[in-house]
Amino acid sequence: MNKNIKVSTKNLDFYYGSSQALYDVSLTFPSNRVTALIGPSGCGKSTFLRCFNRMNDLIPGSRMTGEILFDGQNINQPSVDVVTLRSRIGMVFQKPNPFPKTIFENVAYGLRVNGIRDRESIQERVEESLKWAALWEEVKDRLHTSALGLSGGQQQRLCIARALAVKPEILLMDEPASALDPIATQKIEELIHELKKDLTILIVTHNMQQAGRVSDFTAFFYMGKLVESNETQKIFTRPRLKQTEDYITGRFG
Amino acid sequence: MFLSRTSREKIIRRLFFVIAFVSIGTLFLIFLFLVLEGLPIFKEVSVAQFIGGHYWYPTSDPPDFGIFPLILASLAVTVLSAAISIPLGVMTAIYLAEIASRRFREIAKPVIELLASLPSVVIGFFGMVVVAPFLQETFNLGTGLNLFNAALMLAFMSVPTICSISEDAIYSVPKELKEASLALGATRLETIVKVVLPASISGISTAVILGLSRAIGETMVVLMVAGGAAMIPGSIFDPVRPLPASIAAEMAEAPFRGSHYHALFATGIVLFLFTFCFNLIADQIAHKYQQTGAATL
Amino acid sequence: MSFEVQSSSPLTLERTAPMDSSQQAYQARLRRRKTWEGLVFSLFWGAVAITALGLFIILFFMVANGWQAITLTFLTEAPREAMTQGGILPCIVGTVCLALGAMAFAFPIGIASAVYLSEYARPGKTLRLIRLGINNLAGVPSVVFGLFGLALFVTYFRFGVSILSGALTLGAMSLPVIIGTTEEALKAVPNTYREASLGLGATKWQTIYRVVLPAALPGILTGGILGIGRAAGETAPIMFTAAVFFTPSLPSSLFDKVMALPYHIYVLATAGTEIEATRPLQYGTALVLITLVLGLNLMAILYRSRLRKKSR
Repeated sequence: MNKNIKVSTKNLDFYYGSSQALYDVSLTFPSNRVTALIGPSGCGKSTFLRCFNRMNDLIPGSRMTGEILFDGQNINQPSVDVVTLRSRIGMVFQKPNPFPKTIFENVAYGLRVNGIRDRESIQERVEESLKWAALWEEVKDRLHTSALGLSGGQQQRLCIARALAVKPEILLMDEPASALDPIATQKIEELIHELKKDLTILIVTHNMQQAGRVSDFTAFFYMGKLVESNETQKIFTRPRLKQTEDYITGRFG
Repeated sequence: MFLSRTSREKIIRRLFFVIAFVSIGTLFLIFLFLVLEGLPIFKEVSVAQFIGGHYWYPTSDPPDFGIFPLILASLAVTVLSAAISIPLGVMTAIYLAEIASRRFREIAKPVIELLASLPSVVIGFFGMVVVAPFLQETFNLGTGLNLFNAALMLAFMSVPTICSISEDAIYSVPKELKEASLALGATRLETIVKVVLPASISGISTAVILGLSRAIGETMVVLMVAGGAAMIPGSIFDPVRPLPASIAAEMAEAPFRGSHYHALFATGIVLFLFTFCFNLIADQIAHKYQQTGAATL
Repeated sequence: MSFEVQSSSPLTLERTAPMDSSQQAYQARLRRRKTWEGLVFSLFWGAVAITALGLFIILFFMVANGWQAITLTFLTEAPREAMTQGGILPCIVGTVCLALGAMAFAFPIGIASAVYLSEYARPGKTLRLIRLGINNLAGVPSVVFGLFGLALFVTYFRFGVSILSGALTLGAMSLPVIIGTTEEALKAVPNTYREASLGLGATKWQTIYRVVLPAALPGILTGGILGIGRAAGETAPIMFTAAVFFTPSLPSSLFDKVMALPYHIYVLATAGTEIEATRPLQYGTALVLITLVLGLNLMAILYRSRLRKKSR
């Protein structure tokens, strides 16, 4: 069982200054599975997601207690190097955020900061990542044009390719399709299906149908607390708690 | 009031429109009067002699009106001060925008604005009475009032301009871009160098050019500490006489509408054109490369 | 929901670079990257320290040498004994006259320009031209303003070397400051205010006059204070247009010549007959000028930061 658990949290509390955003969250994430984090706005799901690559470190006055075990190792301690951590845990943000550089340079960025100088390896890896993110066919003829010229959906897939290039083991996705149209969303969802063969995926989403479509496991958050988590199938058909059922069926939220 | 509301509105609108042109009008008048009072000198010397002439002896008989040493002095002082102020200003800006805690930034920013408002005569005075004797003793010089001292004081005056505008540009780089870089495993320094600075380079360039423009046009500092010798400098410790210093120092003694007087106005034209070009370039950069924000859909 | 974990011991995360190098090589490179970061960051910090140190040294010398000179006599009497004794009252009065006079011109024109730019103008060539003019006016060297004032106000309009000429020259110079701050203040007024007023059937001008300007007033006043501070500290523009080394009495009309703090410092420090003897007076005058200018700026800055906080 343990071998199948990629990452887990144990009694995780999170504070912004004096206000607590997460209460005692303990949750496990199986390898090569997609876990959806759902809940109403402000329930802490995005904060939770950003704990895994310690992105919350950037917020002055924030504090996190409890354990996050990544391959059995607690990463919530000062001695853990966030730079290495973040190269092992990739992230895709809510709004597509390509750098104002060329498509090629966007994907190559993570490789370059990680010390890869060799032009051929970079080229290879860029191509590989773009193919992986199902973007290659659309951009192969204009790799050296600005990434800002791509459509929103393409930009988001570029951001995914950029994250994949560094070969992360986990991909954190923070409402990756919330700013996209339905067709672009569908492409992203298909991509997630493909990606889970190689990575463990944590996805925050507002969209119940999306959670149902893409995830294997679902965790429901409310007011900073983990209310219920289970296989997506079960949570959507037979939730244990009334609160979960109300949210999923759209009675509140 | 017999005017209808709409026609009154129209008149008010026109009025504001006209007033908005006062700034341009002033700029035009400045140039016009510089030219009117400056042109007569070119009856005596050619433009080439004036700009390229190596000797500035306006009160000799016959006088020499060659401002080349003055132009050179202005450029030398500006370049040397830029070598100090650009790194200092930009690095301070990066520190404040990217590294400092919010509290430190909130205190430091107003302090820098205060520094920018220090009257130039005070800085010139400081350069004269404190820095000059110090330089003279330390480097065993004939005079502490020289090119280096002027550059140092000018740098001190342009650091706030450079820092404050660069800081705004750096600070306004979208958080999303920085997060994207950090999330890929880049260090903060790598993020600054590879993402933040390229994204804010137009703002930083504007800041640098405006800082240089301020330095080249600054008068009191060079008047008081540059030493005043209208010679081509041989070392950074030679006294020099930049353009603004020459105008400010000599105008009081120049006979009204004599050749010297006209020559000083012509010097003013040169100075005006220098700063005008700097400002046009800054404006072009700011306009053309408006900062790239987060990708929009 | 939970499961047993092996206790975690190793502190360094294992990772090799995404392109096969050894764990050891990766760690070494990571250390190098970190060292660089630390090194460069301390360089940045050094820049901050140097800038701060510069300011501190200047203020320190001015205060340390100047405070003894400042007495009641110094502030309230005219100079005596060829400037070696007495005070600087005429300079203070002159500077106040010049600065306020400059604002009398620049303030209304600056506000009106800003109102046009932010409320009436539509993006296009004209707007761009006006902005270009303002930016360039802001960049004109102060000594060129002095030449301009000499040629236009002193000579052409025959105002002579006078408060009027000086104030007009300083006014032209402060115009961009006033326009900039006023525009910022107008931009900060929420659009909903305008829409609400227009929606009630008010005309554009009524909206500006009754809603927008009152809401922006504090910000505009801040600009006025900054303008006064700027005008009070400038020397070169008044050298040929208003300031003289000595006047026997305080100014009584707009056409009088005046003494002014910045010019006084300059003259005492460079051209006086007894430069060394008047050194304490020079420091004292400089300290008064610094206090005046920095005080005004500090006031404006504090006021503005409070306004910004409130509007958030």
